[in-house]
Amino acid sequence: MTVASASGNDTAENRPVPEGHVRLTIDGIEVDAPKGELVIRTAERLGIVVPRFCDHPLLDPAGACRQCLVEIEVNGKPMPKPAASCTMAVADGMVVRTQQTSAVADKAQQGVMELLLINHPLDCPICDKGGECPLQNQALKHGRADSRFVDKKRTFAKPVSISSQILLDRERCVLCQRCTRFSKQIAGDPFIELLERGALQQIGTGEQQPFQSYFSGNTIQICPVGALTSAAYRFRSRPFDLVSTPGVCEHCSAGCSQRTDWRRGKVMRRLAGDDPEVNEEWNCDKGRFAFRYATAADRFTRPLVRDRDSGRLRETSWTEALRVAADGLLSARDSGGVGVLPGGRLTREDAYAYGKFARVALRTNDVDHRARPHSTEELDFLGAAVVGTGPDAGVTYAGIESAPTVLCVAFEPEEESPIVFLRLRKAARNEGTRIHHLGQWGSPGVEKTTEIADAGSPIHSGELLRCLPGEEAAVLSELPEEVERELREPGSVLLLGERCAQIPGLYSAAMRVAERTGASPAWIPRRAGERGAVEAGTLPTLLPNGRPVSDSVVRADVERQWGMDEGGIPGLPGKELEGILAATESGELSGLLVGGVDPDDLPDPEQAGRALRAADFVVSLELRPSGVTERADVVLPVAPTVEKSGTFLNWEGRAREFEITIEGTGALPDCRVLDTLAVEMDVDLFTQTPAAVAGELARLGPNPGARPKPPDVPAARPGSPGEGRALLATWRHLLDNGSLQAEEPNLAGTARPPVARISAGTARRLGLAADQAVRVSTAHGELTLESEVVEMPDDVVWLPGNSGSARPNRVLGAGHGSVVDIAAGPVSPSRTAPSGADEVAGAENPAGAADREGTVSALAHAHRANGNGPEHGGVNGSGPAGAGRADTDGGGA
Amino acid sequence: MSEANAHEVEGRAATNPLTPVLTRRWLSPESWSLRTYEELEGYTALRTALAAHPDQLTELVKAAGLRGRGGAGFPSGVKWGFMPKDRSKPHYLVINADEGEPGTCKDVPLMMADPHSLIEGCVIAAYAMRANHCMIYVRGEALHCIRRLHHAVREAYSAGYLGENILDSGFDLDVVVHAGAGAYICGEETALLDSLEGKRGQPRLKPPFPAQAGLYSCPTTVNNVETIASVPYVVNGGADWFRSMGREKSPGPKIFSLSGHVERPGQYEAPLGTTLRELLELAGGMKDGIPLKFWTPGGSSTPLFTADHLDVPLDFEGATEAGSMLGTTALMIFNETVSVPWAVMKWTQFYEHESCGKCTPCREGCFWMAQVLERMVEGRGTEEDIDTLLDVCDNVLGRSFCALGDGAVSPITSGIKYFREEFRALCESNRGQDTTEASESALAGVAR
Repeated sequence: MTVASASGNDTAENRPVPEGHVRLTIDGIEVDAPKGELVIRTAERLGIVVPRFCDHPLLDPAGACRQCLVEIEVNGKPMPKPAASCTMAVADGMVVRTQQTSAVADKAQQGVMELLLINHPLDCPICDKGGECPLQNQALKHGRADSRFVDKKRTFAKPVSISSQILLDRERCVLCQRCTRFSKQIAGDPFIELLERGALQQIGTGEQQPFQSYFSGNTIQICPVGALTSAAYRFRSRPFDLVSTPGVCEHCSAGCSQRTDWRRGKVMRRLAGDDPEVNEEWNCDKGRFAFRYATAADRFTRPLVRDRDSGRLRETSWTEALRVAADGLLSARDSGGVGVLPGGRLTREDAYAYGKFARVALRTNDVDHRARPHSTEELDFLGAAVVGTGPDAGVTYAGIESAPTVLCVAFEPEEESPIVFLRLRKAARNEGTRIHHLGQWGSPGVEKTTEIADAGSPIHSGELLRCLPGEEAAVLSELPEEVERELREPGSVLLLGERCAQIPGLYSAAMRVAERTGASPAWIPRRAGERGAVEAGTLPTLLPNGRPVSDSVVRADVERQWGMDEGGIPGLPGKELEGILAATESGELSGLLVGGVDPDDLPDPEQAGRALRAADFVVSLELRPSGVTERADVVLPVAPTVEKSGTFLNWEGRAREFEITIEGTGALPDCRVLDTLAVEMDVDLFTQTPAAVAGELARLGPNPGARPKPPDVPAARPGSPGEGRALLATWRHLLDNGSLQAEEPNLAGTARPPVARISAGTARRLGLAADQAVRVSTAHGELTLESEVVEMPDDVVWLPGNSGSARPNRVLGAGHGSVVDIAAGPVSPSRTAPSGADEVAGAENPAGAADREGTVSALAHAHRANGNGPEHGGVNGSGPAGAGRADTDGGGA
Repeated sequence: MSEANAHEVEGRAATNPLTPVLTRRWLSPESWSLRTYEELEGYTALRTALAAHPDQLTELVKAAGLRGRGGAGFPSGVKWGFMPKDRSKPHYLVINADEGEPGTCKDVPLMMADPHSLIEGCVIAAYAMRANHCMIYVRGEALHCIRRLHHAVREAYSAGYLGENILDSGFDLDVVVHAGAGAYICGEETALLDSLEGKRGQPRLKPPFPAQAGLYSCPTTVNNVETIASVPYVVNGGADWFRSMGREKSPGPKIFSLSGHVERPGQYEAPLGTTLRELLELAGGMKDGIPLKFWTPGGSSTPLFTADHLDVPLDFEGATEAGSMLGTTALMIFNETVSVPWAVMKWTQFYEHESCGKCTPCREGCFWMAQVLERMVEGRGTEEDIDTLLDVCDNVLGRSFCALGDGAVSPITSGIKYFREEFRALCESNRGQDTTEASESALAGVAR
């Protein structure tokens, strides 16, 4: 931006206007602004702040509040009335007079402010927004000292729950429509809308239709008054009593910048940080609201060792715990060896400590952070195409926005990486990006990225390429010609989700598509620590910074830098997670060192349980009780994200560093605990602090050797599942049983209800009535869920991965692409009209009333456990399996 | 009412400055039927129009100087000319028949008495603007009128005046009659478009203007009923004939809707520029001879006039020069029995009820001003209230999102301008008096 005083030197007169710019004058200051820029922004760049409420730089202009009125002259002619600077684009020769130089603008602004206040309650002293309220601040700056309004204010009942989390105070609302516009334009969840008119106009929801959105918390943050508050934070604290610390979200791999507000050692709330490169100004509700796991009552504060006599864990000193752990690990190492399972939620620094601990202290490559279904093909893909990439060369958020075409492969953006989802919507809505999906059914996330509601008719922005679960690789190998052609346009992107690992040949097929079309592949794992861990060296094939363990030269270099003897690191790749567990179960491995891992997340939870029981010695670094600590011989408490520093690498490979938010709790990061444990084992890791680790990682430098080759696994095509059977499709909801969502009942209330989805054809074949549940079973167990018919291939059933009782991994021992038995279940009580219930149930279930009673009550029970009942409090951690722990992947956060 | 008085119109046509053009058929038997319409030159203009080039029609309307009859008076031909010539997107013609302005009662009688003139106008205008879809957005409360329109549209379809290949011209047009849901704001053209799209009716940000992105983001022209119904006459009569009526900048005939304290309220079609004095003469003078006190030239959104304005020429320029607006030529005429603050209060209550709520000044301003006026009329006002009212009006006028807010302050500012003493008297009565005597105060300023 160039600024020159109009009255100042005359060389400014001769200065050419840059290409694509116009020259205008604001309050006597000459300024060049890009064409199309709104006057309010140009003014702001000059330091002239025009007051506003409805204006938001990331939302379409509305011009509704009229607070930003200024006087404008175009072509030497004054406009007949003050104009809203938030809707007026700059023009050449325009003369703008804001409240600073125009009495008319100043009076107009004071007038609007007075009007806004006549119906606004004077409850600032008890309002959550008081102290950080744009209305309060601007009223003090641009308002009248006294009100002339002596009549009756409009009143409403308040607050109104528009979801289990969001509360609406209609009296405080200034009807700026930021919340409704956000929900419509950004999130694509238009579940709040203006109702009524005139002074009775208000924000509201449809009947029986709560504000169900994964992004609802953003409306609180952009509300310029205290009209929208969260049940979690309402009346909890005053903004001026809080300390604000910048942070990074620990939930998914989006890498959102956040602001954590805390006091007296306790986090009170989290807000979206402003980071245009990553999350812009948004957060998902999980990132915003799910943080109380760190202060759960059952959090470990002291080390625990298993008492030999009672078999129970008892609290002990760090000295004893570390000695017991070191002795146990040393003897396990020297008998059969120890496998290391760090889990996918660590910072890069903590992950590095696990990887180094495995190689240096345990002398093994048996380390794998992938606490989820995984494959060797994925391992090869990560080594060949992911490690070492970063935002400078790889796919980024900005890259998505500018891409002509994006193909989401086995990736459910809204559920798995909500900020990527928002960016996909923005790309489709503003840039005309085509968004295609390869999946089974038109989930809300698919719909909202392929059909964008806008002014006029919706924009059709892409297609869902429907396929059977497991068939993705085959379909990707033979893409429709048009999609293939679109992917050839430079800048196109392939987004690969972690579900790819469950589909043999899919990573290979994706690499071939990338090769063929030039589209850039990007891997978007679900968990925040996965991308960093790939870099930090917690895979059985990779040392830090993508150095292949099987490359002797590279290995020797690492050994030298780590001060090890030559040959200290085994030259063969280690076992993957499933292999480690199998080896432990068979007694080949003697011990396990486990970080944040929930056995129920693993590909085979039963095998994990057997392995934990079979191991001679198990050390768990944990935050809260889990399926691992139940079996562990030593439990060492570690710090949650908010009590440590470190770096998450987001899916782009972008380093997201953060400092300690809550100091002085005494909690130690994993890297520090491992460092001390190593010392007990007479090994130096030099990972005392995350900063020390970061330094060492930088000194190690990038992989000097060759990149491993990409995988080449043939694409498979699933066979027909057979009579009474179906192929299982499954992925997780954003809000589910995950242990990092513990202690957040209000958040849990906004989760999507778990239902089984089938096609109309499948429903017909099963003889399923509209209100009838579906029973899915395997040799392991069975699940009964309410059904919903959607457009999807026949003989497929979709289940949520970890919602309520729907935990196919745990209950059915089945994953995406597995064959399951499927049958019509009982008639659902909640969906059936009372009068028709008997008739329908009787028709479908001639077995008799008693039988029906039983199934109905069981269903009702399941329904409650799913956390759908508004009265239901702590959903997470209520059952034995849900009693997960934090800082771990627990229950599949 | 309208038909009875149209009779008056007919009877006096020979001796008075009436120009029955649009109202010409109103008294014929079953004037709304296709048969009557065809007997009286109906659909003859359409044949002429379809033989012409679309752009010739736009030029003709421009040359005739036809101006929008919905209130703003924008030259219709110029508006049509904003429509793109290419057909890359569908074009729409939307008829604003959401007649809701207090006092305005011209479009509903027109559609009741002569719906085919509107339909013929629609076909010609749609042809000129290369639109194959036309929507008539009718005020939902006017159910009888909606039924009559539906009937007329059906008749026109079966006679081949609508549908595919109209009169073998190769031109197709579908007309949809759409009932509004009872919101004054939906008379604002962009709110009307949102409402037509099935959305909440609130005005849109302009630009883009409807000619660029209107209904379903496609090129759209929104015209008033009376404007479009005038088009067949312009086509048949020609620009010069049309310009033989009215004044240079405001040519043509206009339906003046007289209501209130006159002997014979109703529709009087006269050239633009006719004065109230002339119109009153046609309407038999003030009712019972009680003198005129104040009147609106074009509905409640146009500032009041008084007896001093009897000779103001009622055309777009004349009304503006005299400090008001022509609006919809809905002349509400009040005699000396009416309290100005009371009438202003009633109008303000209307605007408070109808403000759509989108923008702050109109939403909150109307809410506030209505309360102040109610308080004043109850005798609990103060002189400060008068200044506050004027200042709030100043903060609403020209500060609102659309013209609704501007209209809302018109009765207040003009009422205080001409009748400040009446408002002050209400405050006087408040001084040291029992303020519970509301009934007395409500009559302040009323001649007894």
